[in-house]
Amino acid sequence: MLAWLTDPLSYGFILRALIAAVAVGIVCSVLGTYIVLRGMAFLGDALAHTILPGVVIAFLLGWPLAVGALIMGLLTALGIGALSGQGMVKEDTAIGIIFAGSFALGVALLSTVGNYTVDLTHFLFGNLLGVSTADLWTILVLGGVVLLLIALFYKEFLVISFDLILAQTLRLPTTFLRYLLLVLLAVTIVVALQVVGIALIMAMLVTPAASASLLTRRLPSMMAVSAIIGAISGAIGVYGSYYLNVASGPAVVLVATLIFALAFLFAPERGIAWRYT
Amino acid sequence: MDLPRKTRVPHEAGAPLLQVEDVTVAYVPATTNGSTTMLRAGEQKSEERYALHDVSFEIGGGQRVAVIGPNGAGKSTLFKVIAGTLRPSQGTIHIFGHGAEEHICVAYVPQRNQIDWSFPVTVEDVVMMGRVGQIGLFRHPRRRDWEIVRHSLERVNGRHLADKQIGELSGGQQQRVFIARALAQQAELLLLDEPFTGLDIPSHEAIFNILDMLDREGVTVMVATHDLNLAAEQFEQVMLLNKEVVAFGPPPTVLTTENLVTAYGGQMHVLGGSEGNVVLADTCCAGEEEMATKG
Repeated sequence: MLAWLTDPLSYGFILRALIAAVAVGIVCSVLGTYIVLRGMAFLGDALAHTILPGVVIAFLLGWPLAVGALIMGLLTALGIGALSGQGMVKEDTAIGIIFAGSFALGVALLSTVGNYTVDLTHFLFGNLLGVSTADLWTILVLGGVVLLLIALFYKEFLVISFDLILAQTLRLPTTFLRYLLLVLLAVTIVVALQVVGIALIMAMLVTPAASASLLTRRLPSMMAVSAIIGAISGAIGVYGSYYLNVASGPAVVLVATLIFALAFLFAPERGIAWRYT
Repeated sequence: MDLPRKTRVPHEAGAPLLQVEDVTVAYVPATTNGSTTMLRAGEQKSEERYALHDVSFEIGGGQRVAVIGPNGAGKSTLFKVIAGTLRPSQGTIHIFGHGAEEHICVAYVPQRNQIDWSFPVTVEDVVMMGRVGQIGLFRHPRRRDWEIVRHSLERVNGRHLADKQIGELSGGQQQRVFIARALAQQAELLLLDEPFTGLDIPSHEAIFNILDMLDREGVTVMVATHDLNLAAEQFEQVMLLNKEVVAFGPPPTVLTTENLVTAYGGQMHVLGGSEGNVVLADTCCAGEEEMATKG
């Protein structure tokens, strides 16, 4: 049994993949609690897709992917705010337009280079087994910054998420806090890019947090349980990928989804299964 | 326990608690995208409508004011302008002589249907939210903040609810918890938006007990309600609002047939009689639906 767990780790790339998957699982799931509570799921998915051109440009220029993704993520967050602020289109429409447009731009840019299909697959579904030591450091540092900021602004994020008008009467810097949350979301997407890819980031942001919301009644415990589910999904996903020979990003997401299904069915008191007993 | 209040700006001597001057909130009605847009200061559009128009009044300290008016009369809008969360298109608000966005002594208690009751917070968490502004960035609640939270809950008879998730509360308890949050803010002006909607009689009484206590402490309370009986019986001042202030003063002078017809128009039937007027129905409201669903 022990050998079953340790054998894969003798390969450096599996060890790095495991650490990356667990770290990303934790960071995404903690930030994900706010995504779930604030109903930002669609925005998160859109943001993940809109950073593609940034990543591709960085890739073509030989820059760190995180830099391109971050710049694009910030531009998008501000762009959506500006477009919907005019009152001519609704916010979800504005998001839809920017989301599809910049995703198309990213794919078009990528199609100009040789290894198009392989590269696109990596961007879309992640390249967990290709995580280098430098990538791993990027993930750990950026992920650490996200967790630190969530801890520092915990009570302010809680208030703007629960009751924005209260936040305004308390004279909290609400606009700053909302943009900060968008920036944290953009950074988290960058962190998760290599592990699960653009197409599946949504699952890491939403699924563990949604499972945790079925199992807990307070935000701190929801965050903790969400982080544990995210970490477990990452770890089991990597082992599953190794032994069953399936792509690792989707394996991580499938584990998270399975955990959600179990929580949905069997959550104490709230699970669907108890309704029929 | 008497705790000193903390304010961001000192009160100006002799300034009234609340002074509202020529406040107008204009909006452009539903455009192509189906949403309404508030106009910013100075903007003019030909098709603009008013949520509030030329509203002026003054309220001194320690009063209890009912704000009544038909649906869409601008009660919530007025409260948001006073709380400083919505900037009027024209006009000014002064609280103790200072602009609406400077002071921190106003608390707004939203309508209960504006709150996500499944949110993972306990009663204590919600009341502590009232302290967040004064705790300051990067700091944890201190012992004094916890004392204030417990004390605020005690004052609304809600100490035993502290550890409950807010979704487990009854309607009356939910309302009391949000009043406790306003107390934890140490507000000097409380704005309660339709607090009685959908509540049973014992819950009404519990809330009036709290309002009486606030009265004795000199805290000013404005209550938006569509219950004219409550307004007439339980408040020293009544403001009849329908985008403009139709009348403002003690209930007998405000709740006259003429004023009510002006404010409510066809939404109300008033029968004249030798014993005074009988108001048959205020044919609103959002509240009725809620009561129906609460069953």
